[in-house]
Amino acid sequence: MKITIRRSDLDRITEHARAESPDEACGLIAGRDDADGTRIIEKVYILTNTDHTNEHFTIDPREQLAAVKDMRANGLSPLGNWHSHPETPSRPSDEDKRLANDSRASYLILSLEKEDPVLNAFHIEGEPGDRTVRKEELIITEE
Amino acid sequence: MKITVAGETKEVADGLTVQGLIELENVETPQYVTVSVNEEFIDANSFETHILSEGDEVEFLYFMGGGATDRAKEEGNAVYE
Repeated sequence: MKITIRRSDLDRITEHARAESPDEACGLIAGRDDADGTRIIEKVYILTNTDHTNEHFTIDPREQLAAVKDMRANGLSPLGNWHSHPETPSRPSDEDKRLANDSRASYLILSLEKEDPVLNAFHIEGEPGDRTVRKEELIITEE
Repeated sequence: MKITVAGETKEVADGLTVQGLIELENVETPQYVTVSVNEEFIDANSFETHILSEGDEVEFLYFMGGGATDRAKEEGNAVYE
């Protein structure tokens, strides 16, 4: 699957994630599925990590609820979430896989491990303990 | 009675509980779902006893969390540089 994100949105979450580091940062993504199956991220939500640690994140459910209502009001579909790995690579940890409960979601992971940030998107499905992870083709658009 | 589920108005039976609605809606992996009714979060222990009322607005939210708890490295797969 292909998924697109605007560079401006990527820059915004990178800036936020760096500001939150060493804690993990997180949020939601919303948009639409194009006719050819490409997922278009049209809005990125920066939300609070209620865990406030460098090893875990939990999206604030009240903010999540508000974001879902905003998506609906703007005709956007929920596409998944994003979070940062301040000190580790851009790929799902065992904990990420364990808690990836929505097989329809795209999971974006922004690594700040190195000087240049790395963002990847993943599709995760299957039962807990036996998850299948597939990397999605992430396309960064200039507009 | 009429209630709103994820923004959609639905006709459901009087006396329907949150648990009943979860089953009616075939909610995937319900153990990971948080339910709000009129923007109030319902304790999972109350799903079977919380009876919905006419006009209630219900939302199902998947718990969204994770963490970099394992620190194994992988080969580079940079997309954003």
